[in-house]
Amino acid sequence: MEGDTTARADLGAAGRGAGRGEPLLRVEGLAKHFPVMAGFPVRRRVGAVRAVDGVDLTVHAGEVFGLVGESGCGKSTTGRMIARLTEPTAGTITYRGLDITRLGRRRLRPVRSEIQMVFQDPYSSLNPRQTVGTIVGGPMEVNGIDPPGGRGRRVRELLETVGLSPDHVNRFPHEFSGGQRQRIGIARALALNPRLIVADEPVSALDVSVQAQVVNLLREVQRDLGVAFVFIAHDLAVVRHFSQRVAVMYLGRIVEVGDRDSVYSRPRHPYTHALLSAVPEPVARDGAGPGPDGEGGGGSVRERIRLAGDVPSPADPPSGCRFRTRCWKARERCAAETPPLVRLEGDAEGHLTACHFPEEPTTAARGGDVVLDPAPTTEPHPGTSP
Amino acid sequence: MNAPAGAAGTPEPFLSVRDLRVRFSTEDGTVHAVDGLSFGLERGRTLGVVGESGSGKSVTALALMGLHDRRTASVTGEVLLDGHELTGAPEKKLERLRGNRVAMVFQDPLTALSPYHTVGRQIAEPFVRHTGASRRQGRLRAVEMLGRVGIPQPARRVDDYPHQFSGGMRQRVVIAMALVCNPSLLIADEPTTALDVTVQAQILDLLGDLRQEFGSAVVLITHDLGVVAGTADDVLVMYAGRAVERGPVREVLRDPQHPYTRGLLDSVPRLSSDPEEPLVPIPGAPPSLLVPHPADGSRAPDGGGPLRGCPFLPRCAFSGRVEGGDRCRTERPVLPAGRGAACHLTERQRRTAFAEEARPRPGRP
Ligand SMILES: Nc1ncnc2c1ncn2[C@@H]1O[C@H](COP(=O)(O)OP(=O)(O)OP(=O)(O)O)[C@@H](O)[C@H]1O
Ligand SMILES: Nc1ncnc2c1ncn2[C@@H]1O[C@H](COP(=O)(O)OP(=O)(O)O)[C@@H](O)[C@H]1O
Ligand code: SF4
Ligand code: SF4
Ligand SMILES: [Mg+2]
Ligand SMILES: [Mg+2]
Repeated sequence: MEGDTTARADLGAAGRGAGRGEPLLRVEGLAKHFPVMAGFPVRRRVGAVRAVDGVDLTVHAGEVFGLVGESGCGKSTTGRMIARLTEPTAGTITYRGLDITRLGRRRLRPVRSEIQMVFQDPYSSLNPRQTVGTIVGGPMEVNGIDPPGGRGRRVRELLETVGLSPDHVNRFPHEFSGGQRQRIGIARALALNPRLIVADEPVSALDVSVQAQVVNLLREVQRDLGVAFVFIAHDLAVVRHFSQRVAVMYLGRIVEVGDRDSVYSRPRHPYTHALLSAVPEPVARDGAGPGPDGEGGGGSVRERIRLAGDVPSPADPPSGCRFRTRCWKARERCAAETPPLVRLEGDAEGHLTACHFPEEPTTAARGGDVVLDPAPTTEPHPGTSP
Repeated sequence: MNAPAGAAGTPEPFLSVRDLRVRFSTEDGTVHAVDGLSFGLERGRTLGVVGESGSGKSVTALALMGLHDRRTASVTGEVLLDGHELTGAPEKKLERLRGNRVAMVFQDPLTALSPYHTVGRQIAEPFVRHTGASRRQGRLRAVEMLGRVGIPQPARRVDDYPHQFSGGMRQRVVIAMALVCNPSLLIADEPTTALDVTVQAQILDLLGDLRQEFGSAVVLITHDLGVVAGTADDVLVMYAGRAVERGPVREVLRDPQHPYTRGLLDSVPRLSSDPEEPLVPIPGAPPSLLVPHPADGSRAPDGGGPLRGCPFLPRCAFSGRVEGGDRCRTERPVLPAGRGAACHLTERQRRTAFAEEARPRPGRP
C-alpha cells in the first residue's frame, strides 16, 4: 500500500533494538477528563472525572513497561489513549518520533498496525461468530496485507507461536478455554508484526495455573520477537515477572516509576510501600522456614501497612498530594502543594517518585516487621462521604 | 479437621459435610459440579476452601446454605450443622437458619444489597426478623454493627444508601449484615476478590478479628492461596468438584501432598522469586464436569460423574510413578480423613517424585 510506505518513512529511524536512544513511545502530560452530566430535563456538565491527569512515561523498543495500581486509577484509560482508542483531553503521545496525538485516520493507519492491544476479558473480546482463522487473520484483511505464503499460512504460524494447534483455524471461540482464548487474542495482536502491544490486564481473568502459561507466552513474544509492551495489571507479583520498568499509578497520576528491582526492593513512595506490603503471599505463617524475603528471612511475618479508607473519587480528588487522605506521613505541606515526580536515583529515566517526604532508600518493603499506622484522619475522605 | 465421626464417643464436628453431591441437569447433559465432598469444621475455626474457577466452591457454598433451586439442582449427601440435618430440610427451617445461625457473604457486595433501602435498614432486617426486636432496637444494632466493621461515623452513615459507599465499605456493610445475629457459621465466598489489595487487607483483618470476637466457624472460599495463608486454620483444596487435599494450612503450604496442590503453589508468581525465571504453570486446563446426554436423545444416567479415575490425570506429571499401571485412570483416589491427599502415590513415591522434580520454591524448605 502506497500510504503505508510513506507514513512508515515518516516514522523515522528509531527501530527495533534502538537501545536507549530515541524511545519507541513517549507520553507527556497525558490527561483524560470524562464529563459528569446531571440535571433534568437538560443534562449538562457538572464536573469531570479526572481519570488520567498528567501522565508522563517512556517506553523503549523491546522493553516491557508495567503499569500497576488499584481499580479506577486510570490504567486502562492510559492504555486506550496510547493505542488511540480514546481521545486524550490533553498531552502528547509521540511514537517513534512522530506526534500521533491528533493524527487523522489515514495517517494513523500505519501506526495502528504497529501498536496493538490485548484485552482482559477472553470471552467478550473475540467475536463468537468468527472462526479462529478469521479472528487472527482479521487485522491482515483490514489492512490489506498479504504476507509471503499467504494469509492462511501466516495464521497457522501465528497459532503455533502462541501454542495452539494450527488445526484449530476453523473452530469457534466458545470451543476454547479462557487461557486458550487469551492465546487467540495474542495471536491476533501479533498478526501485523507490531512493535508495541498494550496489554490491559491480559491475565487477570485467568486461574493461576493457566495465568502462568500466558505470562510465559508473553515473555517469549517479547524476547523472541522483540515486541515492546505496556503491560497493565493490578497484581504486583505478575507485573514483576514480566516488566523491566514499572510505574505505580494512584488517582490518575504516576506516583512512582523506576527499574523493576529498584521499585520493588526500595519503594520510595508510601503508596507503593503499602501496596507491596498488602500482597497476600501463599507462604506458611509461622516461625519455621525461610521468610518470604531473602534477607528478612527467619520466617518473620511481614506486617501489613493498614491503609485507612479507600481511594477517593477521581471526580473530586484531594488537593495537593492525592494520596494524603490515606498516607501515614501526611503533613500540612501535602495538602498545599502537589508533589512533582522527581528523580531520586539514576539518570533521567532512573527512579522517580512524587512525594514530599519519600521513604528512606533502605526501606525494604518486604522487611521483617514494618508496622506503620496511617495518620489519624482529621477530615472525612473525599468521595466516600455523601 | 476431623474424621467423619458417628461412632459413639467421637463427637460430631460443629459442621459436618459427608459425601455432598450437587448435579445440575442442563440441555446438554448433567453437570457434576460437586462430586462427593466431605469435611468437618469446629467452632471458632476457619476453613479455607481453595480451587480454581469451576472447581465447585460456590456450588458447595450454596448447598451449605440450602440455596440451590430444587427444580434444576439435585443435592445429595449430608450436611449436619450442630447435629441438624440441612440437606432436604423444609424450606421454612432453612429460612430460620439463614441469616440467624448461618450467614453468607458473597463476592459482589452490590448484588447482596438493595439500592432502595438504607444500609441501616438492611443490616437491621435479619435482626428484627429473627429476634423480634423493634425497629428502633434494630437501628441501634445496625449502628453498633457498622462501628464494629470499621465504618467511621456509624450513627450518621446508617441512613445512607449503598451507592453512597465505596466498594470496600459496601463489603463491610455486607459483613455487618451477615454478622448481625451472631451466626455460628459464616460462609464467605470470595469476599475480597472484587476488592483492591489494600482494601482486601483491611477486610481480611476484619474477618479475623470478628471471628475471634464471635467464635463463629468460618468457611472462607477463595481462589487465592495467599488469602488462605493469612486467614485460615485449615485448608481444603478442590479440583473438578472433589476435595483433593486437606490439612492444617501451614502443612499444606509447606509440604503439599497432591500433585495439583503442588502445581498450584508453583504457578503463583511471587514477590520473592527470581523474576527472570519463567513461571511454572500446570499444563492443560481443568476437565469438563459435564456428562452429555446420550446421542439417542435419552437423558444421561444420573450415576457416576464424568471422570472414572483421578480427575487430575491429564495434567499430572507423576502418574507414571504409581504402581499398578492404570490405577490413575481406572480407580478414583480417596481422600483420607485428617491430613492427606486423594492420590494413588504412596508417601515414598511422592517424596521421591517431588524431590526429583524439585523446583526452586521460595518460602518452603
Ligand atoms: N467512559 C467513561 N466515562 C466516565 N468515566 C470513566 C469512563 N471510563 C473510565 N472512567 C472513569 O475513569 C477512572 C479510571 O478508569 P480506568 O478504567 O482507566 O481505571 P483502571 O485503572 O483501568 O481500573 P481497573 O483496575 O478497575 O480496570 C475511573 O474512575 C472510571 O470510573
Ligand atoms: N446453575 C448451574 N447450572 C449448571 N451448571 C452450573 C450451575 N452453577 C454452577 N455450575 C457449574 O458447576 C461447576 C462449579 O461451579 P462453581 O461452584 O461456581 O465453581 P467455583 O469453584 O468457581 O465457585 C462449574 O462447572 C459450573 O459451570
Ligand atoms: S506527599 Fe505527603 S501525603 Fe503524599 S505520599 Fe508523600 S508524605 Fe504522603
Ligand atoms: S492419582 Fe495419579 S493422576 Fe491423580 S494426582 Fe495422583 S499420581 Fe497424579
Ligand atoms: Mg482497567
Ligand atoms: Mg465461585
